Amino acid sequence: MIASFIQRAVVQGIPLLFGSTGEIITEKSGNLNLGIPGIMYVGGISGVIGAFMYERSLADPSAMNPFLAVIIPLLTCVLGSLCMGLIYSLLTVTLRANQNVTGLALTTFGTGFGNFFGGSLIKLVKSDMPSISLTATSNCFRTTLPFANKFGPVGQVLFSYSFLAYVAIVLALITSYVLGRTRVGLHLRAVGENPATADAAGINVNRYKYVATCLGSVIAGLGGLYYVMDYANGVWSNDGFGDRGWLAIALVIFAIWRPNLSILGSILFGGLFIIYNYIPNLGMSDQELFKMLPYVVTIIVLIIISIRESRETQPPAHLGISYFREER
Amino acid sequence: MEEQKNAAIELRNITKTFGKVVANKNVSLCVNRGEILSILGENGSGKTTLMNMISGIYFPDEGQIFIDGKEAIIASPKDAFDYKIGMIHQHFKLVDVFSATENIVLGFEEEGGYNIRRSAERILAISEQYGFHLDPMKKVYEMSVSEKQMVEIIKVLYRGADILILDEPTAVLTPQETRNLFDILRRMREDGKAIVIITHKLHEVLSLSDRVSVLRKGEYIGTVETAKTNEAELTEMMVGKKVSLNIERSEPENPKERLVVRNVNCRDRNGVQILKDVSFTARSGEILGIAGIAGSGQRELLEAIAGLQALQSGEIFYYDPETGEESNLRDKTPLQIRDMGVRLSFVPEDRLGMGLVGNMDITDNMMLRSYRSGKSVFVKRKPPRDLAQHIIEQLDVVTPSVNTPVRRLSGGNVQKVLVGREIAASPTVLMAAYPVRGLDINSSYLIYNLLNRQKKAGVAVIFVGEDLDVLLELCDRIMVIGSGKITGMVDGRTATKEQIGLLMTKTDGGETHE
Amino acid sequence: MSKKKHEPKFHIAKRDALDWWKSWLIRICAVAAALIVCALVTVVLTGENPIGVYVKMFEGAFGTKRRIWSLVQNIAMLLCVSLAVTPAFKMRFWNIGAEGQVLAGGLATAACMILFGNKLPSVALYALMIITSCLAGAVWAVIPAFFRANWKTNETLFTLMMNYIAIQLVSYFTYIWSVPKGSGQIGVINQSTRSGWMPSLGGYDYLLNILVVAGLTVFMFVYLRSSKQGYEISVVGESENTARYVGIDVKKVIIRTMLLSGAICGIAGLLLVSGTDHTITRDTAAGRGFTAIMVSWLAKFNPLYMVLTSFLIVFLQKGAIEISTTFGLNSSFSDILTGIIIFFIIGSEFFINYTIKVHNSKKGEKES
Repeated sequence: MIASFIQRAVVQGIPLLFGSTGEIITEKSGNLNLGIPGIMYVGGISGVIGAFMYERSLADPSAMNPFLAVIIPLLTCVLGSLCMGLIYSLLTVTLRANQNVTGLALTTFGTGFGNFFGGSLIKLVKSDMPSISLTATSNCFRTTLPFANKFGPVGQVLFSYSFLAYVAIVLALITSYVLGRTRVGLHLRAVGENPATADAAGINVNRYKYVATCLGSVIAGLGGLYYVMDYANGVWSNDGFGDRGWLAIALVIFAIWRPNLSILGSILFGGLFIIYNYIPNLGMSDQELFKMLPYVVTIIVLIIISIRESRETQPPAHLGISYFREER
Repeated sequence: MEEQKNAAIELRNITKTFGKVVANKNVSLCVNRGEILSILGENGSGKTTLMNMISGIYFPDEGQIFIDGKEAIIASPKDAFDYKIGMIHQHFKLVDVFSATENIVLGFEEEGGYNIRRSAERILAISEQYGFHLDPMKKVYEMSVSEKQMVEIIKVLYRGADILILDEPTAVLTPQETRNLFDILRRMREDGKAIVIITHKLHEVLSLSDRVSVLRKGEYIGTVETAKTNEAELTEMMVGKKVSLNIERSEPENPKERLVVRNVNCRDRNGVQILKDVSFTARSGEILGIAGIAGSGQRELLEAIAGLQALQSGEIFYYDPETGEESNLRDKTPLQIRDMGVRLSFVPEDRLGMGLVGNMDITDNMMLRSYRSGKSVFVKRKPPRDLAQHIIEQLDVVTPSVNTPVRRLSGGNVQKVLVGREIAASPTVLMAAYPVRGLDINSSYLIYNLLNRQKKAGVAVIFVGEDLDVLLELCDRIMVIGSGKITGMVDGRTATKEQIGLLMTKTDGGETHE
Repeated sequence: MSKKKHEPKFHIAKRDALDWWKSWLIRICAVAAALIVCALVTVVLTGENPIGVYVKMFEGAFGTKRRIWSLVQNIAMLLCVSLAVTPAFKMRFWNIGAEGQVLAGGLATAACMILFGNKLPSVALYALMIITSCLAGAVWAVIPAFFRANWKTNETLFTLMMNYIAIQLVSYFTYIWSVPKGSGQIGVINQSTRSGWMPSLGGYDYLLNILVVAGLTVFMFVYLRSSKQGYEISVVGESENTARYVGIDVKKVIIRTMLLSGAICGIAGLLLVSGTDHTITRDTAAGRGFTAIMVSWLAKFNPLYMVLTSFLIVFLQKGAIEISTTFGLNSSFSDILTGIIIFFIIGSEFFINYTIKVHNSKKGEKES
């Protein structure tokens, strides 16, 4: 049962991991993107639209090319979330708009976009399908390693996931490496800590902010795609994604802006999210209290890091502030 | 124009404006290789703006920059690097949470990829070569001010810059560190580097540089060879015609102890001891001057008296002018001090960041001191508006109206608003930190007159200044502070500049500035 | 290095001041441009002509008397939350936890109605509801404020997290109080007795809500503009250093302001639960806590302008819902339109605050 708990915690955690990795990259550039929940919705629905179009173009779903079935939704998902990242960057970096307001507007827009197309896609293309259920595509996404079951519980915990889950973990590790061990990472951190210094050092602050925000959006968008295609078996339901976007932002704090910690954090959050299923004799009401846990834990972390005042665990110093060179 | 042939960098007719403020107007100058050029000018003469244009922080509105005789477009700091221009800013541009090495390699595309350990070794090599003592892995937030400057200098050396610009590099250094720095700079000059040092200290100019270019109020005045000039000539170029200040000074009338500071110690936010055992007395009807190198603890001292800086130990006594009653201001908040009936006015150094609210209009800024009066939950805008009107008329504040946000006023007018408000509170103690900094001559005299009038009215005035001539002509007594310690108290009528200059640079070991 | 290649074509500088009519012209242009884009999007999706679409939107908002009431009621509720967050924003305290504070207030109201609904005399009940809802909202707001004031804990993230704790708390109680048991829904509280329901004035159900919010608008306008506390809020928001210099207790102001902000959110919760829905769900606040931030910000934190901005947003929502029902689309369409309009208005602020100087290689530069 522990194996199945961990496995389910990981599956719950993966969308959060995508979201938090994306948000960490964004926040390291000094942009507090509160549009992540919206971006993840857009990532999900864009993937759904791509998959839907592809499935519809085929007469017989069994003739589906598994490679195309994966690559098309991936591309549309990347494209959709990239656009969201571009909107955010254009407004906050080029036009220096308030980041909080822009982010919240982006979330409103993104959630609306997701729910709108989720609810109206079939109608818009005058299809005769009853609902968006992309089982065939989902099956392609959910292909797992063939030997997963051969190793018993260990195999279940380590190998039973689809490729996107491993992508999430690899991305987090790469991000962690890039941030800590490369020049690009050093520059990115400098932009978020002290853009004036980075600028004086010859770093193109705006370009870093743009690239980091867009890349972050794309990665977060993949979390939406993973949710629809893996977790929800290819069935889009409006608001089904729920508050996971905000939880991803919480995870960034919990992991004190370190992507490698957010791997563990995401599994922990995933576990906290479903732990009520594993506690016997829990009433429906108590389950709701348990769902509060990730947020409570995050607040505690937030309080601890601010009271300890250790310089190593603080948010990027210029988080949430637009940078303008000729300010005086 | 023989200079032009091998000029490392030449500026022609550079103009830069910020809004309506002209920071640089038609500035032209040049630096050769193997030469140290000083750019001399008072605070606010546009030195830093000019250098920021060379290093790509600002872009000139008009004019051209030539490097090795070819026109250069320096639109970003990156371009400046490409021309091997390295700038050491007055305010350090360092990332606090990074180590020295990380800061040094920041933005530098080195051959052979990114390798912190190798970079650290190179930094150690450079440090040894020039005699710096720096741990390459130390985080900047753990560093002292002089260590931070070392990082800045090594950063430029690391990049192999051959045009170096140093913006007021000695303001924060001890005399010994200054000597070290000057040795390094001379060594670099021998290497054939072009060095520009921005300063307003004449003795540094004379001891270090080959030539001096002088700026005054954003305009280029001229360039002279150091060997063929002297302090008097440079001063004249810097301040315009030789001005005998002629500030009026009356004899103090019936001076009485008003404020007694005893054995005050305090630390700044980073835990550095910033005031060491400071004791002095400020008397009524007298102007007490405070002289010292910038950042020697002047700000903390005034803030400690105003209740904005926590003391570690020591007492601050206030004696009521009418009753003579003694009260201790230690550990009191500004509000408590006010409620004790102490009329303490304070013109802080940071006018728009502390004394005033830049985005509020003059009326609302007047209200900062008075809005609490009365029992009503509402603020009364009529009295402050009248006061604003009054100050605008009395002090000739140039403003479109009382409703103009003060950040849109020029520096002098901002200061008039602030001083006007502080005086309007009819204080018994008036503290003013650098009240004439960045002001033109007329505004400066206006401020001196205001201070004198307060003195005659029996106020204990404390004046923190940087211009020794002013201090000597305005103040009755001058207290000198060096590295947080009181190094001397002299009579304003009999003391000489040299005497004060020596006291200013006196440090623990009794060493003096070179 | 050729000159053409390296000279920047333009650079951006801060504007001095723009005449008020110019800045409003820019905003109006932005709204107009946004409406055109919205129309295009709608046309692409529905195939209708754009004018027809806007006619439909007007019908959706003003079509019937009932719709107008509903429009005004929705404006009132959004405005109420916007008023609540405004003092915090003026203080540069990013309270994005209004959603949670509203829910806390609503939950307190619902608790009073359920537990004491038919037991207390109605005056006592109303008094209890008002006190507890204000208190609940204030407590929810003051927790992050306390940590921000003492340890500079990031309030944006803290208040955000508080929202979800409030949502889960509401979920918890909806199970506890659910009717029938275990359904996870409370249903209409005290349907038969109407105990704890906001009384209808002159036969109009929402009139009291609207009047309360109108009163709050005037109060907030006066409070921010003319009260000593409002003045302190502005000073703290502009510069904490200056505030300390003149002896303002910054911590006290932060906590006091957030208590007020939270208490008004609590009142919004009260109005929603007792005056509108007569029940509570996770969605009672319906995202108003977030929308309110945009309303307040678009109005430059001026309570009177906020009437306009909240009208704009509610109008869009109502209109878009009408479009989506007419064309059988999903009602989330309104969020897309709202998003687009806000993007445009946010973007337009740049042109009010900054000016782009175009470099002309011969003549220096000219302003555009």
